[in-house]
Amino acid sequence: MIAGLYRAGDSVLHRMGAGAKIAALAFAGTLVLTLTSLWLAGGFLGIVLALYGIAGFGPRLVLAQLRPVAFLLAILFAAQIWLAGPADAVLVVIRFAALILAAGLVTLTTRTADLVSAIERALSPFARLGLDAGRVSLAISLAIRFIPAVGQITAEVREAQSARGRRPSPLTLVVPVIVRLLKMADEIAEAIDARS
Amino acid sequence: MPTRDIVLIALFAALMAALGAFPPLMIPAIAVPITAQSMGPMLAGGILGAKRGALAMLLFVLLVAVGLPLLSGGRGGLGIFAGPTAGFIFGWIAAAAVTGFLVERLWKGLNFVTAFLAASLGGIVILYGIGIPWISLVGGVPLETAAAGSAAFIPGDLIKAGLAAAAIVMVKRAYPMIRPAHGRP
Repeated sequence: MIAGLYRAGDSVLHRMGAGAKIAALAFAGTLVLTLTSLWLAGGFLGIVLALYGIAGFGPRLVLAQLRPVAFLLAILFAAQIWLAGPADAVLVVIRFAALILAAGLVTLTTRTADLVSAIERALSPFARLGLDAGRVSLAISLAIRFIPAVGQITAEVREAQSARGRRPSPLTLVVPVIVRLLKMADEIAEAIDARS
Repeated sequence: MPTRDIVLIALFAALMAALGAFPPLMIPAIAVPITAQSMGPMLAGGILGAKRGALAMLLFVLLVAVGLPLLSGGRGGLGIFAGPTAGFIFGWIAAAAVTGFLVERLWKGLNFVTAFLAASLGGIVILYGIGIPWISLVGGVPLETAAAGSAAFIPGDLIKAGLAAAAIVMVKRAYPMIRPAHGRP
């Protein structure tokens, strides 16, 4: 099992149900997009930052959430200053930062397994429309198990090729890997059907 | 849906994760990292067909959403979907669907050129067609600004469409997955 982004803890946020957190995030996300006042948006950001404190997360984890988008937000900020003026530029960046931090907080405080079962529960009403929630959870758990396996196969193919003195290129790597995956699929499907 | 299709969908979602683990190629002239991951939707659609390809991408997006750090650079979690470029992530589902739809239709005489057209139409035109308006809408910038900012990625994506097209044709020869029935697979 590959490690998720979850950070263990014992705060109120960690103990809160996954479904409740998602619902709260969806509500907060919708709300923050309607905020046009700089003060309200700033207040919202302040609440999110306070929640990081409640969850026991420090400023380093806050910055880690924003680092991947920092460059993009800087470009957006520049574009907004030029298009709409500094006040709107600050508003847009604050809204994004608050939203990304709020969503990141749900990810940090919720185990992957809990989110998966929240998805399964959310899907169960659609059974009447022919959606089989059992098949969906099978697909999710298979994919999580296949991720290290596919990495392993890629490493094997790469080793085999360099042993034969071929410099691995993306194309010579990807085709043999895919063909092996397609051949694997039949065996795995047979094994699953035989067990059920 | 047959178990084999579920297995294939899960395998291609896992392949997306493997592509994300590839170190990005830096091309100094355009100062934009080229990641292998956006080849995934073209491969999934072109090899599994529209339906299974799109479902593989949907499954991958779901895995990212539940907190697995599978996007290139080890990114993941719900925060990704709150950012301005989320359209490019959701767009992978449509990209795979359109690439797959076109490859299914061009299946009989599929060659590098037709596969390249299918991969670029799905994996570039459709993907940018979703990603750019998304940036414009959530970021509050005009379409032209969003498009100008995204244009730097197009050369890299054309290279990826070429690689994906070659792979689609080679895999078709070695292990065809789309049934060439009359018209619909």
